[in-house]
Amino acid sequence: MKKKPISTDAEWTFALIEQYDREIARIAAEFNLDTYPNQIEVINSEQMMDAYASVGMPLHYHHWSYGKRFLDTNQNYQRGRMGLAYEIVINSDPCIAYLMEENTMMMQALVIAHACYGHNSFFKGNYLFRTWTDASAIVDYLLFAKSYIAKCEERQGIDQVESILDACHSLMNLGVNRYIRPAVLTAEQESRKIAEREEYMQRHINTLWARVALKDDKNEQKPNNFPLEPEENILYFIEKNAPLLEPWQREIIRIVRKMAQYFYPQKQTQVMNEGWACFWHYTIVNRLYDEGLINEGFMMEFLQSHTSVIYQPGFDSAYFKGINPYTLGFSMMIDIKRICQHPTEEDRQWFPEIANSAWQETLQYAMRNFKDESFIQQYLSPHLIRQLKLFSILDKSTAPCLKVAAIHDEDGYRQVRQDLANQYDLGYLEPNIQIYNVAVKGDRSLTLRHFIHQERPLADSVNAVLRHVHKLWGFNVNLESVTSRDEIVEKYQYPLKNNDGS
Amino acid sequence: MSFIIDRRLNSKKKSTVNRQRFLKRYRHQIRKAVEESLQKRSIKDLERGEEITISRDHTNEPTFHHAEGGAQTKVYPGNRDFITGDEFSRPPSSGKAGSAGKASNEGSGEDDFTFHISQAEFLDLIFEDLALPNLVKKQLKSSTSFETHQAGFTRHSSPDKLNLIRSLRAAYARRIAMSAENTEELTHLKKQVWALESLTLDPQVSRTLSALKLQIFELQKRRKRIPFLDTYDLRFKNYIRIPIPSSKAVILCIMDVSGSMTQTVKELAKRFFTLLYLFIRRNYQQTEVVFIRHHTRATEVDEQEFFYSRETGGTIVSSALELASQVIRERFPQEQYNIYVAQASDGDNWDNDSALCQRILKNEILPVIQYFAYVEIASGVHQNLWHEYYRLQPLFPKEFAMQQVRDSKDIYPVFRELFSSKTDQ
Repeated sequence: MKKKPISTDAEWTFALIEQYDREIARIAAEFNLDTYPNQIEVINSEQMMDAYASVGMPLHYHHWSYGKRFLDTNQNYQRGRMGLAYEIVINSDPCIAYLMEENTMMMQALVIAHACYGHNSFFKGNYLFRTWTDASAIVDYLLFAKSYIAKCEERQGIDQVESILDACHSLMNLGVNRYIRPAVLTAEQESRKIAEREEYMQRHINTLWARVALKDDKNEQKPNNFPLEPEENILYFIEKNAPLLEPWQREIIRIVRKMAQYFYPQKQTQVMNEGWACFWHYTIVNRLYDEGLINEGFMMEFLQSHTSVIYQPGFDSAYFKGINPYTLGFSMMIDIKRICQHPTEEDRQWFPEIANSAWQETLQYAMRNFKDESFIQQYLSPHLIRQLKLFSILDKSTAPCLKVAAIHDEDGYRQVRQDLANQYDLGYLEPNIQIYNVAVKGDRSLTLRHFIHQERPLADSVNAVLRHVHKLWGFNVNLESVTSRDEIVEKYQYPLKNNDGS
Repeated sequence: MSFIIDRRLNSKKKSTVNRQRFLKRYRHQIRKAVEESLQKRSIKDLERGEEITISRDHTNEPTFHHAEGGAQTKVYPGNRDFITGDEFSRPPSSGKAGSAGKASNEGSGEDDFTFHISQAEFLDLIFEDLALPNLVKKQLKSSTSFETHQAGFTRHSSPDKLNLIRSLRAAYARRIAMSAENTEELTHLKKQVWALESLTLDPQVSRTLSALKLQIFELQKRRKRIPFLDTYDLRFKNYIRIPIPSSKAVILCIMDVSGSMTQTVKELAKRFFTLLYLFIRRNYQQTEVVFIRHHTRATEVDEQEFFYSRETGGTIVSSALELASQVIRERFPQEQYNIYVAQASDGDNWDNDSALCQRILKNEILPVIQYFAYVEIASGVHQNLWHEYYRLQPLFPKEFAMQQVRDSKDIYPVFRELFSSKTDQ
């Protein structure tokens, strides 16, 4: 039976938002979407730019780089070079979503379905978020970080704190644990433990370096590296082992590290996260329409925004800016549903385990247990490769030409799928740089190793980053690029030395 | 259940601190950009903010990333007619979609970071570390104008300041005080009279009674002699004069318009005057400008005529200084105005006149003004006026300054030089 439309006007009111939210929540529950409670906040464009500047967080410590981002956004927005997002959603419990006041009623409903039920359930369900982030503690932690850093600025001076933060920010990407799961601490416990930890760490580090002073000539075997195994989390290593840092500096490194870790899952699940949210706003709004809660005009407006969000220009279009994660994610989710409901012979062959399965459970399973790279590896179907006409290009700097490595044909499906998956593998995108050794018995210099992948060199920024590492470590810093055969092909160091280092 | 919150009323200035930190951090580059833009734009529109462009190199936050090179495989959508194994040459790198990590900065402005600063910030940057010469000192020394405030009451003053209420109150108090003893005695006597009157009449009693009545009469007579209002009672309002620093300033711009001054030289002078005007106006509530131009005769003119009309003729600088001195005397009393004089000239003067100029400056102008700035706009050697003025400098080290300007690039540095904060010396 058709119901009466909730609204027919473009103007939104708080009462209407509440009504839409109630209906959308009901439908989301019918689809078994498990979400954190929602906190929907209406903001204006200036506040949106503030949120942009502080990486989307409701509060953040002060740093000049956020001011830079703000000026940049402000300039671009006022010049009409960019629009602002319709919403920002934060992985927190309750899940905070910011809606722009300029949105029409249709946009508000779309955005509620997209952010408050799509993204929200993804944050709550996906294994990366479950493992690495603590949604209930993040706002408290931000508050703690902000006040701690403000306190440091008061005691140590803004410039001191700023230079530490600069150094930490440049290593932020290398401040995450990829494999080892840290123990979860709430912000409260965190602050209680600080004093304890500061004292303990300082003692611990002192003994480490005190031991260095003793020379034991008896064991003249090959000296062990310190750390024994290369350490991937550079900020962690520095926080725990840098000899000259003060306790407050270690705590700041820790804060940046925690923030990096918090954002790490988002970087790894962009396609899935957006795909999931798009899939659900599409499904939910269609259901609203089927029930008669929205009218045709609303639906037309919705389809227009929806299609522009998931528009994918071809590689040769002037608008092409890489693969649109919304398109890829949404298409894959729709495609999985299709395989579940109406599999072709080809699908049965490629996806025997999901063909004809219940689509809701299958999608939930996919959402919970994958990240972009593995999700594409697992679920990108030949059907979709054909639909998007994906092809992969091999760009070898030694070859004079680009080469088409694979296209959407029988021989190319697996290759295209593999290449696309790699494209979302952070380990593949970012240089693999790890702590290799510390000259414990020598000049205390720190050696990093860059494990070269596919002969890709480091960009020129390397020296500037090493300067930051040096700032934190306090002694000489070296960086070696090594090939898979353990040959060192390139060396960098800071401070820069004249000629052959003496 | 969802919570819906209207956050629009919350403060919007969350980024202010970060923005200021950014501006502070790049103060150096920004100031350079401001100085450059100052040379480019017409001095008239200093009244608005500015787009500041600084190199992105400076503001980059470096991270480790890959450079171009090595082997990369990228997947693209929208294949038209490629088949596996096709080879084609690289598209020019600008159109290359896949340059690592920079996808967000599309467009041409990738190397520059442009942002907007407000007019106030712009002027702050221009006039940073500049101080108004002799401002403070002058205020303390010989200020100037006064404001009268009432401050309590006094016993001696002119009748027009008499305060009636206070005076009568004082008189009343005095009357009470002076008649206090008298009153007690009178009451005592009156009581005796009443007591006696109630008795039967006998001659003894009536005699005592009349004696008492006489005493009472005497006392009352004395009491009447206490004056109702004495000079001693008078109270006058007391006024004191509080010196107030003058919030008005006047700038006298003096320019040579003789034949030797070309339009470009005048443009330079104009820029200098405008900077001066903006700078001084920031420090006073009210700033007036007087334009005096001269060749062999000096006239006071309006701005348009000052800058744009041309005349030819010889040069007698002293005529302008005399006029300036006269204008100051007649219209801008030293107590009310902070007076600044700026003179721009190519330095060419009729030979015997320079000494006279020096004398007028020394005796008439410099003692009454805050600051005199002389800019010689010439590319060659110093002219005779310069040499004369040069001898003045040791006599008035604080009030007198002179600089040479060669071209438009010099204007701002010279301005800074003239007004740079002298406190650190």
